[in-house]
Amino acid sequence: MSDHITKAYDEDLAVLKTMLAQMGGLVEQQLDDAIDALSRRDTSLADRVIQNDEKVDVLEHQIEEKAILTIAKRQPMARDLREIMVAIRVSSDLERIGDLAKNTAKRTHAMSDQLPRKLMAGVTRMGRLAQEELKNILDAYGHSDATKALEVWRSDEDLDALYNSIFRELLTYMMEDPRNISLCTHLLFGAKNMERIGDHATNIAENIHYLVHGKPLAEGRAKKDITSTMSVEPGQHSED
Amino acid sequence: MNAPFQSIVTPASPRIMAERPMKIAAKDVNIYYGDKHAIKNLSIDIPDRAVSAFIGPSGCGKSTFLRAINRMNDTIPTCRVTGNITIDGRDIYDRDIDVVQLRAKVGMVFQKPNPFPKSIFENVAYGPRIHGMSQNKTDLEEIVVSSLKKAGLFEEVKDRLNAPGTGLSGGQQQRLCIARAIAVNPQVILMDEPCSALDPIATAKIEELIDELRQNYCIVIVTHSMQQAARVSQLTAFFHLGTLVEFGDTDEVFTAPQEKRTQDYITGRFG
Amino acid sequence: MTEIRSDFVAKRYAAERRFKYYGAGALVITALFLLFLISDIAIKGFPAFFEHRATVEVTIDPAKVDAAKPQAGDFDGIVKDAFRSLFPAAKSRADRKALGGLLSQGAADDLRDMVVANPALIGQTLKVPALLSDDADLYFKGMQTGLKITAGAGTLQIAQSGEEYVITGDTGDLREGQIIRANGGALRITKLEGSTVVAEAVLAPETLNTAVAGQWDMLTLSVKEAERRVNDKQVVWMEQLRSSGVIEKSIAWRFFNSGDSREAELAGLKGALVGSLLTVAVALLLALPLGIAAAIYLEQFAPKNKLTDIIEVNINNLAAVPSIIFGLLGLAVFLNFFGLPRSAPVAGGLVLALLVLPTIIIAARAALKAVPPSITEAALGVGASKQQAVFQHVLPLAIPGILTGTILGLARAFGETAPLLMIGMVAFIADVPQGFEDAATVLPVQIYLWSDLPEIAFQSKTAAAILVLMVVLFGLNAIAIYLRKRFERRW
Repeated sequence: MSDHITKAYDEDLAVLKTMLAQMGGLVEQQLDDAIDALSRRDTSLADRVIQNDEKVDVLEHQIEEKAILTIAKRQPMARDLREIMVAIRVSSDLERIGDLAKNTAKRTHAMSDQLPRKLMAGVTRMGRLAQEELKNILDAYGHSDATKALEVWRSDEDLDALYNSIFRELLTYMMEDPRNISLCTHLLFGAKNMERIGDHATNIAENIHYLVHGKPLAEGRAKKDITSTMSVEPGQHSED
Repeated sequence: MNAPFQSIVTPASPRIMAERPMKIAAKDVNIYYGDKHAIKNLSIDIPDRAVSAFIGPSGCGKSTFLRAINRMNDTIPTCRVTGNITIDGRDIYDRDIDVVQLRAKVGMVFQKPNPFPKSIFENVAYGPRIHGMSQNKTDLEEIVVSSLKKAGLFEEVKDRLNAPGTGLSGGQQQRLCIARAIAVNPQVILMDEPCSALDPIATAKIEELIDELRQNYCIVIVTHSMQQAARVSQLTAFFHLGTLVEFGDTDEVFTAPQEKRTQDYITGRFG
Repeated sequence: MTEIRSDFVAKRYAAERRFKYYGAGALVITALFLLFLISDIAIKGFPAFFEHRATVEVTIDPAKVDAAKPQAGDFDGIVKDAFRSLFPAAKSRADRKALGGLLSQGAADDLRDMVVANPALIGQTLKVPALLSDDADLYFKGMQTGLKITAGAGTLQIAQSGEEYVITGDTGDLREGQIIRANGGALRITKLEGSTVVAEAVLAPETLNTAVAGQWDMLTLSVKEAERRVNDKQVVWMEQLRSSGVIEKSIAWRFFNSGDSREAELAGLKGALVGSLLTVAVALLLALPLGIAAAIYLEQFAPKNKLTDIIEVNINNLAAVPSIIFGLLGLAVFLNFFGLPRSAPVAGGLVLALLVLPTIIIAARAALKAVPPSITEAALGVGASKQQAVFQHVLPLAIPGILTGTILGLARAFGETAPLLMIGMVAFIADVPQGFEDAATVLPVQIYLWSDLPEIAFQSKTAAAILVLMVVLFGLNAIAIYLRKRFERRW
């Protein structure tokens, strides 16, 4: 896209984009650390993640301010307007992702003295998948690449599917041995967090599509997260 | 002979068009100033009881086309119009169309407020008088008062109808000009950058007035302020280099225009 | 980084100041020239607005004036007799002629007018002011010679020897050329021989008595007798009149009330003023409607093409054509071809109309152009026809400008001489013109005519006429400025 006649306008938009990239990087790091902390039960790393979340909140605040200021000053139209609106929405999604990472990190404390290695593996895998999705969507956003965003949006199905199976698995564990309930609940929340992160990533993908095409994503996507209606009968093993 | 110029016309969205009857239809209009080809193969359908805004960079032909709608271009000897423009299905460039009556039917408001250097009353009364629209003085007064009321000016000037129109503030002068246009009972009101000489408050008042008038008239407004086009119009046409690039719902044009040139223009990227 | 050099700044300011001084200097020089010109004319012309008259007692003798036909009466004789009666000593033919030279022909005309207006005066004796001749008038205005009257101190003995007189006594102050007035006579000193003075008679003294201090005086004249138009004898008579208090100075209304004359004291401007008025009226009646019509057509209706371009260029050129060319044209076309009367305001007016037409067209076009096109657009926008827009909106707004231009054009016409010379308006015309076809002259031509005449009195008249012309022109310009200010509109 060619430059604006007013150079300062370009700068305003560039600054916004840079801040978002910075925020994206930070959130990515937070998620990475949170997953690491959880998988290694590293409480100090978890504490750092909890502390760093404040930085994410501050960045979101700054982005919002910059966006409002740019709207007031430049009265953006069309693509520029969408750019700014999408920046606000993406930053709020990122902030939520940051919160979810923090929440996941918090749970490290609750399971630090136990070693449910086998149970951990599924959640960690889900974390990596969510992390991958986040990285891809931030990439797509950085390049305003609607095609890539659509890919990410579609790939969220995998995360949902994984979540479904982990949910079932954890339910089964809990039924098998009520002592697992505490740990499994935490893990369940961790998994749920990862699933939520995936949803936020699809939100961002939808916004990228709107940014590029000026229209909301018309294609419907079946929600693959079926856990809200899922029940597991006692004695039923789901190793599928 | 105009084959090389291909005009891209996006059909207006069905929503705005379907709701309202068609008023002005232009088909393959070309306008020349001497050798200069000012409007190239333009076709557009403008609905009644809506505000259509023409935007575009200076010299893009939007004012030229606007002035073709009430044949104001006739006053420029070198100007030539081909193709046809119809209002209610009647070709306004037809031989048996009387220009004077056409201009009474298609009123015009200009860039700079241009009241006659006469009293407020006389300014509004002039049109009805030359067209013999009133039988007596009472009739005329009625027309003047109702026109001033419609233009939202009556309350401000009712005590000084005999004061000179040029003594009013810029915004009041422009509303006086609108009252003057309304007084001859037009069906279409053309506005050529009506707020470019006014401050924001006066501009807001005119915009409010335009929004009210939309209920009863077909309004076409040329403006350089995209914000204004976005605020007052239901339909927006973007002109560039004598062609109509895009014509569609204002809501759409300003958030997600279909043409790159429109996008570049409204986001301030024109080089 | 380069700094702004302060000496450059100082230089720039100095240059600016200098330029201001140059401008002011130019203005001062112009003002001085103007002041000099106007004051010179005013000083020269001012005396011409006054005239001197001597009050004489006349008897309207019914034998000389027939009550049935008073205008045929011998008023000349009556006035001259009455005037001569003031100087009973002047008996000789030469003296009577010299005395008559002090009186104007106008004195008799004034009296005739008076009696014709009021025949009851016939047979009565009354005091009337008799107009003095231009020479006498100039003398009393101090424009013939400087005069110093010194009262005699000491005693003079006067003796006659043949034609000459010998004066002895306290003659120390006496100089050659002085005129001694003593014993009812006047003696001009011709020679100084020590304390003895030889003199000749200007007016023979009545007695040869010794004149003591207070009984004689001496007149010192700065201009020699041969170089002035009144001789010593007339000077002595006039001084006699002056001291007897019959001389009165009054405003010369006849300067505005009468036509031209060969006699300087009688010559007036009325003929020229009326001629100018008639001529300019013809020019105005013709040029104004034509000019406005042409301007409106060219500015508002004419198509813009080669032809109108040529017309426009030619109108501008026409405004710059030397005025004498218009005179030649007038001579060839109006006089020779159409056979209009020579020297008549109608022909002059036609020529001046041609002269000011381009000026009026240009001024009117400028005035029409100055009306913003938005007004025309506004009128067209509500459905007025082109003609309605022009006549109901544009023209009324342009009228003050058109009038201003027209008045300035008229001012030019008023001051124009050359073209009128060509059509014979340069003749000596004593009568005030009564109509457009009478022979007439105009103000600037009158000035030109007077400036050519040898009489000194006409020099003053010329300057006075210039003053009148300037007042008329200033007046016209003032009206133009007033109109412009009065009707100036803001859009």
